[in-house]
Amino acid sequence: MNHQLQLNKNGELLHLLTIEGLPASILTLILDTAESFTGVTEREIKKIPLLRGKSIFNLFFEPSTRTRTTFEIAAKRLSADVLNLNIAVSAQSKGEALLDTVNNLSAMHADMFVVRHSQSGAAHMIASHVKPDIHVINAGDGRHAHPTQALLDMFTIRRYKQDFHNLRVAIVGDILHSRVARSQIHALSTLGVPEIRVVAPKTLLPNKVERLGVHVYHDMEKGLRDVDVVIMLRLQNERMQGANLPSNEEYFKYYGLTPEKLAKAKPDAIVMHPGPMNRGIEIDSVVADGGQSVILPQVTFGIAVRMAVMSILAGN
Amino acid sequence: MKLLIKNGRLIDPQNKLDAVKDLCIAEGKIVAIGSIPTEFTDCPVIDAKDWVVCPGLIDLSARLREPGLEYKATLESELDAAAAGGITSLACPPDTDPPLDEPGLVEMLKHRTKSLNHIHVYPIGALTQKLKGEKLTEMAELRDAGCVAFSHADEPITNLHILRQAMYYASTFNFSVWLRPQEINLANRGVAHDGEVATRLGLSPIPVCAETIALSNIILLVREIGVRVHVCRISSAESVAMIRTAKQQKLPITCDVSINHLHLSEMDIGFFNTNCHLIPPLRNLQDRDSLRAGLIDGTIDAICSDHAPIDDDAKLLPFGESEAGASGLELLLSLTLKWADSMNLSLIDGLKVITQIPASILAIDAGHLSLGAAADICIFDPEAYWKVTPSTLKSQGKNTPFMGMELPGSVKYTLVGGNIIYQRSN
Repeated sequence: MNHQLQLNKNGELLHLLTIEGLPASILTLILDTAESFTGVTEREIKKIPLLRGKSIFNLFFEPSTRTRTTFEIAAKRLSADVLNLNIAVSAQSKGEALLDTVNNLSAMHADMFVVRHSQSGAAHMIASHVKPDIHVINAGDGRHAHPTQALLDMFTIRRYKQDFHNLRVAIVGDILHSRVARSQIHALSTLGVPEIRVVAPKTLLPNKVERLGVHVYHDMEKGLRDVDVVIMLRLQNERMQGANLPSNEEYFKYYGLTPEKLAKAKPDAIVMHPGPMNRGIEIDSVVADGGQSVILPQVTFGIAVRMAVMSILAGN
Repeated sequence: MKLLIKNGRLIDPQNKLDAVKDLCIAEGKIVAIGSIPTEFTDCPVIDAKDWVVCPGLIDLSARLREPGLEYKATLESELDAAAAGGITSLACPPDTDPPLDEPGLVEMLKHRTKSLNHIHVYPIGALTQKLKGEKLTEMAELRDAGCVAFSHADEPITNLHILRQAMYYASTFNFSVWLRPQEINLANRGVAHDGEVATRLGLSPIPVCAETIALSNIILLVREIGVRVHVCRISSAESVAMIRTAKQQKLPITCDVSINHLHLSEMDIGFFNTNCHLIPPLRNLQDRDSLRAGLIDGTIDAICSDHAPIDDDAKLLPFGESEAGASGLELLLSLTLKWADSMNLSLIDGLKVITQIPASILAIDAGHLSLGAAADICIFDPEAYWKVTPSTLKSQGKNTPFMGMELPGSVKYTLVGGNIIYQRSN
């Protein structure tokens, strides 16, 4: 199984499984295409017929509201037919094997699968077994990758900072369990960001994380010094107490984004969060709702970026 | 029943023999080497010109999946695979369903295997009942039924008191205890080495200390108790160093490594290749190099196949949900030759770790070509390459990281007690 299965022999995108291994030209193509769709989402009639007659199946083996909804909106704006399958509570609980589920749905003439699964590598596995005319979009697999989230984050950064080549970006929080962080790191380095920092206690960092090309900080104030972009990660409820962290309160004190800590960053630094936020745990409401926050625009851009990915895949 | 093997290159590590000589078999035993007695002028002949004639291989870890796990493999399929791999004796761990924890189960297994191709199957008994790590098994009874050692397979013994008691009890009878070191809480349901690849792919990690801390416990208990321990399938450079020190202190410890860990590293997982989902996990290149070197300086005593046939469906899952293990019986010889060749080792030194030494670990009279010894023999072409494909493997388990590769060493004949149990068809 190879990551290059996401590209065809002409180097065009067949599936979107991970940012790793994709050339900057493809990432830029997606961002540029998304740019052209932002107009659509602001029109009164928000539909274009690019995917008319195509069937897109949202296969969510893990619960999700926001990501699934934005994929659904994106597909509908492109005039595709969308089917949402919340498999977490149907086939899997009947013991049906993952590939059987996928094969059954393929037989219903799906054109595209949007897959979320709790296991790293699930989207790769599906992509390597579907018929060649079916495209797979990874909407999050375990701790591995969440490429459309990373792309919408890149879109947001580009909107506010224009150029990637002179940026300092800090990603703060639970890097260990975060597919978002892994995809962001690959996207930022592919697009030429010279300095990527990760900021977290040692219990929330994976081993050898520096091999991904990041600088590691445990002290948040140092980690945020002079950065242009602060990306906060969501702390999953189940990680908040126990072997990873002692308490919410202590985490907020040392790694929560407060106005004081944000003051260490550049004055025009933007604050991002993939959502949903835990206010008062990883981010202070004052910051989340403040002038430097671009968290809500991120959500809006997410639709355009997902429209871009779907339309590019459908054309290849 | 007589048989003459002519013109072969006889390699016998135990007798330090490496020469082209004829070998005569009568009544299942080796009766002459070199000069051919007159009564062999008219008997069946195998012409082994350009081939190596060596003791049948001895595998220290082959799961045969019976009783209870026949959907993965059967004794028939796996003993055929062993024969095709040149293996004439093998030890099988107790992780069957139910585990080999009662004499009746062991007797049934022995009886079933005897009716097949006569490969010697040496069951390893369970160290605790149901492999739950709570109550000791009837080890002496199990020995009488045919168990040659006692192990806990890949199941954890979380209670060190139970492990210590089991070691004391086993040492009462001078039984050997086989353990694969893994501290289950540190392994924490991980699926890959805690390193670069697991970090990149987002796979749950198993740190090296899950192995070394358990190994440290084992070594300390051996020092106290004096029980003979065979450490199964170590995976890390640190473990090699710890075993080396333990051996310098003359502790009664032996050790093996699997064919997979001798050749592969975490990098081979690539993008979620579930055939590289193994127990213990594939570690980094330094670890692999230490294992390869440790085998040469004698820190690691033997190579095992760590054969684990798995049905295709159990590998057609996301990495973390796939079943760990690889098919190995038919790769043991080839991957040993590949290792020996890359380390500039002679054939005789390479074959030693899959013949003479595993025989001594099992304390069985096998693994040599002495006059009067049972004619358990492997004949192979060291120059021929073969391709690993689902159809070239006789094992029901087609799961191996080496699928699609060309490997050196093609088994031509396998003999057990003078009977040809395998002959390559082309």
